[in-house]
Amino acid sequence: MGWIGEQVDSLKSMQIRQVLTQAVSLGMIVTSALIIWKGLMCLTGSESPVVVVLSGSMEPGFKRGDILFLHMSKDPIRTGEIVVFNVDGREIPIVHRVIKVHERKDTGEVDVLTKGDNNFGDDRLLYAHGQLWLQRHHIMGRAVGFLPYVGWVTIIMTEKPIIKVCFI
Amino acid sequence: MHSFGYRANALLTFSVTILALMCAIASLSDNLNSPSPTAQLQVLNINWFQKKSDGDDEVSMSLNVSANLESLFTWNTKQVFVFVAAEYDTPKNSLNQVSLWDGIILSKEQAKFSIHTTNKYRFIDEGSNLRGKEFNLTMHWHVMPKTGKMSANKLVMTGYRLPVAYR
Repeated sequence: MGWIGEQVDSLKSMQIRQVLTQAVSLGMIVTSALIIWKGLMCLTGSESPVVVVLSGSMEPGFKRGDILFLHMSKDPIRTGEIVVFNVDGREIPIVHRVIKVHERKDTGEVDVLTKGDNNFGDDRLLYAHGQLWLQRHHIMGRAVGFLPYVGWVTIIMTEKPIIKVCFI
Repeated sequence: MHSFGYRANALLTFSVTILALMCAIASLSDNLNSPSPTAQLQVLNINWFQKKSDGDDEVSMSLNVSANLESLFTWNTKQVFVFVAAEYDTPKNSLNQVSLWDGIILSKEQAKFSIHTTNKYRFIDEGSNLRGKEFNLTMHWHVMPKTGKMSANKLVMTGYRLPVAYR
């Protein structure tokens, strides 16, 4: 019989009250995850406070599957910071390091150039056609914290949808 | 009640909690380290200095970068990203920061170094303001932990000046 039999037995012996309890606790898990996510959005001021690294362009610092915590403060952007930015016409945001900054005296606007630590050249090839610099509105946040490997959960789920189904 | 699934779930929850706690402690322990890195930056030579065809000034220089960053390394340090940037202001821009050289240090043994290099990234101004321009050379370092909070700091060195004429 083994544990499969045990599972079947336990399913059979389940009563309506237990099923309801499970449904409620599942709802609790989902809502508390949502509360944490939205709370982080408020605290960090970034529209997506946690991102998963998808490429190896920042190795050996960030590997595929690592998680980054973002913060979007009013502080000016400076060289060396790792920023997450959106390029017009690209769906997936990019995590790279700032290597050049030119900040206007009158308006305070910035021209920013980025590069991946593991890439040979700067990012002008990744920007929209003819775009030389990133502006403030392209930047979603800067990376402040780091957690290794945890992002693999989401990578596996998005790339192997069958596992996602199993989980649900 | 004490089925296999129930026990596996409890074990998983417990191990994840312990792991998260250990990561948090490892990250917090970095605060106990108070680093005192040193660096010397020298401009050895201006190799060439010209106005590009689009009107922006560009300069190529040789640098000597010596630093001792050993004190930045703790047991939670994965790597130190170090770079040298030129910083100056122009009538149009309140701040210009241009990276000239960078490097990744993976271990404490490599953290004491002295290298001789030309600028790895192009030193181009937004405009034509570099003749006779005074600028700072800044050594920045970004410490990437194995887990937890990233930290950064810098040493500013002042009093560098570009030539008055193109060459």
